[in-house]
This record gives sequence, C-alpha cells and structure tokens, in this order.
Amino acid sequence: MLANILVTTLVNAAAYAMLAVGFSLIFGVGRIINLAHTAYYMLAGFSIYTLVATAGCPAAPAVLLTIALITVIAVLCYKLLIDPMREHETTVLIITIALALVFQELMLKYFGGQFRSVPSLARGFFVILGVQVTRQHALTCMVLVLILGAVWLLLQKTRLGLAIRATAQDKEVANLMGMDVSRIAAITAAISAALAATAGALVAPLNILEPHMWLHPLTIILAIVVLGGLGSIKGSILGAVIIALSESLVIFLLPQGSFLKGAFSLLIMIIVLLIRPEGLFGVALEGER
Amino acid sequence: MNTRQLVTVFLLALFCFGMILLAGCARQEEEGNVIKIGVAGPMQFIHGQHHMLGAQMAADEINDAGGIKVGDDYYTIELVKIDTNELLSVDDASSAVEKAIAQDNIDLLVGTIRTEAAVAIQELMMDHQKIYITCGASFKEMADKVSQDYDRYKYWFRLTPLNGELLAKASLLLLQHVGQVMKDDYGIETPKVAVVCEEAAAGDTLAAVAQQVIPSFGMEVAGVWRPSPQATDMTAELAAIRDSGAQIIYTYLSSSGGVTYARQWGELKIPAASVGINVEAQSKGFIEATDNYGNYEFTLNTYAPVEITEKTIKWYEDFIAKAGEFPTYNAGTYDALYIYKEAVERAGTLDLDAVIEEMEKTRFTSACGIQAFDENHDVIWGPEYVTAVGTQWQDGELKCVWPYDWQGITYPGTVKYQLPPWVEEALQK
Repeated sequence: MLANILVTTLVNAAAYAMLAVGFSLIFGVGRIINLAHTAYYMLAGFSIYTLVATAGCPAAPAVLLTIALITVIAVLCYKLLIDPMREHETTVLIITIALALVFQELMLKYFGGQFRSVPSLARGFFVILGVQVTRQHALTCMVLVLILGAVWLLLQKTRLGLAIRATAQDKEVANLMGMDVSRIAAITAAISAALAATAGALVAPLNILEPHMWLHPLTIILAIVVLGGLGSIKGSILGAVIIALSESLVIFLLPQGSFLKGAFSLLIMIIVLLIRPEGLFGVALEGER
Repeated sequence: MNTRQLVTVFLLALFCFGMILLAGCARQEEEGNVIKIGVAGPMQFIHGQHHMLGAQMAADEINDAGGIKVGDDYYTIELVKIDTNELLSVDDASSAVEKAIAQDNIDLLVGTIRTEAAVAIQELMMDHQKIYITCGASFKEMADKVSQDYDRYKYWFRLTPLNGELLAKASLLLLQHVGQVMKDDYGIETPKVAVVCEEAAAGDTLAAVAQQVIPSFGMEVAGVWRPSPQATDMTAELAAIRDSGAQIIYTYLSSSGGVTYARQWGELKIPAASVGINVEAQSKGFIEATDNYGNYEFTLNTYAPVEITEKTIKWYEDFIAKAGEFPTYNAGTYDALYIYKEAVERAGTLDLDAVIEEMEKTRFTSACGIQAFDENHDVIWGPEYVTAVGTQWQDGELKCVWPYDWQGITYPGTVKYQLPPWVEEALQK
C-alpha cells in the first residue's frame, strides 16, 4: 500500500503542479490572481480535440498550434481587459472569473455538454514498484521536469528572467530603473497561458473534456498555490505534492470517504494557513501593502 | 374637441376593441384544438436533448395521424421546450417550469432528470393540478407520496427509469450474472466484489443494498469506495481496488465520473470485471469519450437493439437516425406522450380525473417493454412488464447481454456476456 500511495501521489502531484506553476508565475510577477487560468487549459483541451479528432491533424502539430493559439488569446485578453485594471485587484478577480465563464458558455454553445476526451499522447501503462502508471501520467511527470528546468533557466539565466524577477520583487523600483513593467507582465501572462495550454495537452487527456472542466482544477490549484505561498513556484510544487498526498491517503485509508478527498485537501490548506498565513514559501502580502 | 373628432375617436376605439375581441376569439379557437405539452430537461446536455427528441418524434407521429381524438374533436400537440438547466443549477428548473405554466399555459409536463429538480417540480405541478410524467428521475419517495396523499399527488406518474430500489435489484442481477460466469467458466466459488457508488442520494441506496445482498449471492465484499459524481481522476481508487484483490467491480456512476472511471479502468487493465450502472456507458459517445478504453463496460440500460417488443428495433433505429445517438432512458418521453394520448382517447374527455383513471389502467407496448403503473403510479418492473436490459460494449459496439435466460427471458438478438481478456488472464492465474 505504501508504494501505491507514493507513486499515486507523485503522478497526481505532477498533473496538479503542471497547472499550478503558470498560475503562480503570473501572480508572482503581476500580482494577478488569474481565475481564467484553468479556462485556458479547458480551451486548449477543446482546441486539441478539434484539431486531432475532427480535423485529423497529427498530435504534435496540434499541440504546438494550440499553445500558440491560446497564448495569443491570453495576451489579447490581458492587454484588453486585465492590464487597464491591474491596480484594482478585486476588479481583476471579477474580470478573470467572468472571462472564464464566457469561455465556458462559448464552448457549451459550440460543443454542447457531452463528455469527450482529448486523445492521449502516450497510450497504455507500465508498472513502477508494483503500481500501474499510465504512460500519459509518466509523460506529464517528465514534461513537468523539463518545463520547470526551462522556467528556472529563463528566470535565472536570461535578461528577461532578471526583469521578471525584479518586477516580482518590487515593481515600483523596477519601473524607476527603466523597465517596462506592463510589457513584462504581458510577457509573463503569455508564458503563464502557454503553460496552461501545455497542461491542456498533457493533463486534459487524463480527464474528461467538457465545458465545466476548468472549475475543479481551479479549486485545487488555488489550494495548492495558497498552501505553497502565492507567487512561489517551488511552493506550488510542494503544495501539489501535499495535496496529492492527502488525496491518496484519504482514498487508501478511508475508501468509503473517497469523495472527501477534495474537502480534506482544503482542510490541510486551512491548517497550514492558520500556522503560516503567507503559505509555505509565500510573501507576506499584508507587509507588502 | 368637436363632434367630428369625438366620432372619429369613438370609431377608432370601437375598431380597436373589435380587433382585440377577434384576436381573443381566434386565440381561443386556436388554443381550443391544441394540447400544450411541456418537455423539461437540461437542453444543453444529452439528457434534455433526448427528452426533447423522444417527445418530438411522438408529437410528429400523433399530429401526422390527425392528433389526439377527444370525443368527436381532434387536438394537435404543441410542444413547449423547457430548458431546466438542472444539471448545473437545480433552482433554475422550478422557475423554468413555473414560467411554462404561467406564460405558455402547458397542460401536461414530461421529462426532468435530477431528483432534486424533479421533486421540486412535482410539488409545483401538484399545486397547479396538472399531469406530470417523470422520465428521468429514479427517486422512489416521489412515488410513495401518491399512496400517502392520493388527492394531491394523483397527477404524477413515472415512466423511466425504474425507481431507485428496483434499479438496485436489477443491477444486482447483472452482478449475479457476472459472478455466475466466473463460477461456471473459472471455478471461482466466492468472487470478491469492490463496490464503487458515487456520493449521491441514489448511490447511498445502492451501496447499502449491495453490501446487504452481495453475501447472499455467495460473493464477498472487498471494500466500498464512494467517489465524487464528478471525479476527474480515479487512478488512486482503482489502485486501491486492485490492491483489495477484487475480481468484480459493482458500480453506480451517473455522471462524468463514469467516463473517467471506465477510461482509467480500461487503460490500467484493472483485473476485475466492471458491472452495474454507468449512465454514461449508455450513450453512443461513450467509446470515444473513453478514448476507446470503455470496451467490456457492462451497465443496466433501458433500451437495446434487440427484440424486447415488436416495436423496439424500428424505434431504436429511427431514434439513432434522428439523434445520431443511442436512446437513453430520458427518451421515454416518446412513450409518455402515447400513454397520455391513449388515456385521453379512452376517456373521451380532457377531464383530468377521467384521464388519470385511464392512465392508471395503462398497458402500453413500448420499445422497452410493456409499460404499466402500480398503485403509486410508478412503472412496474418484472418479467411480463419492463425488465430493463444489461448492455455491454464489445468491440466498440453496444450489445444486449442480459436478460440471458433470466426467468425464461432472452430477447432475440441478445449475445453472451464477455469477460475482459485481462480479467480472464488474471482469473486463469
């Protein structure tokens, strides 16, 4: 059972982290809680489905085309709707949730409420420590490692990364130093959306494709990033592991209460916040204000 | 104002009054030959679409044949589409039906799927003393109300699906069938059964009944799992089930969780046969939605392409031709309209008490069996009535595999149940 819990935790944590990293990145830089983040993930799922299942496009070009398309949509939404309101956090929250609902209704109108699936990039399973793991889950773990490496390189080794980090630390000072804070936030929004679209290619095949599929992961990644500390990428990874572990424990130790796995994860989040209000690696927002 | 102006105004007023009277008379005459039937369901989803299509097929056929004969007059059916949105917001359902009663002046209501919405609509329709034929919700207590307070609830009937208690009985017969196959073919004397029932009112009933009944079948309960109806990932549950050594999984899954479950069960080749109720496995899109991993899923169903009655195959094919989908139990609205039509024609009047009395005597040959109502106005289940069917996905096609010599019944066209090959392999070991 221990091996089962460990392996299940790791593969599920990778899927959660995939979604949480982009969400955390845009908050860290722009202080934007983008509730439309998982809606981009949903849009990516529908885009890949349309290209592969309907238009007969091979999977790899479909994924690349989708990432480009979602990034363009996200940047347009950012420039037109979010950027002008960036200083008003509550307004941004409302705008992003409204945006997500608009995307949901559009998909509902166009595709209907039927359940579909995004074709897996890797089919079948293999066994690790006696535990069956789908190839898609394994692929998600591997791509997550690559993406984390790429994000680390971008942030630590490039001039753009330096600017992003500077803006995240203190945007007023970054502005005074001549950096175009608005442009950097837009670039970060694009990276964040590209990550959501990548999650659409990797995580959506593990789930069901339908217009409301963005809601559940949104709740989970909110729990993850708040637990790990808003804006902290390493916090998001650790948060994803903790939430996935709590879910696995509930299912294996309390099978009749397996529907409580979400509630149990949120309970853990509340306990952590009572002890560390800023989360495990987050900045103290009250102090910042 | 001079006399000439006064006369002009008077004539104009008279003209307007006359027009209003004429319009009223025309409307009265028009409405006098029309029976308005509300079709309630979540129209953005397959459930509501099947409610609507079933009713539309029946209405078209009845109207083409001249309509409903009431005494010497013929009434045409006019359908009022009511989008209840009940899968997303239960509260929307009552207000949508209330609007249809107040504005569209519906005479009868068919449809609805979610228990919470159906119960609220039942009260609303009883308040307005209008007939409501539920085609979609299985909550047994809705029927109990008829015997508890007949005068208030006599306007209510249920056609599909069977009530929750009967669904449990019928689905457990499928489980028994799989257990028997394992016993006969592989000598498994006491199969271990994992019970997977989603956390919902109907799931509570089925989980409790299953735990009581499974030992009486000579089987053993390996564990009970209660995932969320909308679970997006069930790999952990399936890993735990595999760990438990279960050889059969008995399911009750009525929502998107059923697709997640079947897809991951097939992809991970969990060495346990899956049987029970998986509502999503009744739809044509199931195989695609599971990325082709849904083969061998075995679920209780209402319709199947076999000769349940002489009407079944033609109606089933007609429905697929129009919908591009297999009919689900929500398409029972088709039969609901015919049952109402026949009751009205037998009664020879639209008087509700007379119509209800005739509806209580219903014995209607439908595509899913002989439909009749018990004293609680609930559809009767049994060998001479509606039996329900067990359907299994085999090679990407939905096949009827049950009843298979149950109470002497095997509908022509029924094929043998197949164990998934990976389960057979595990049983051989």
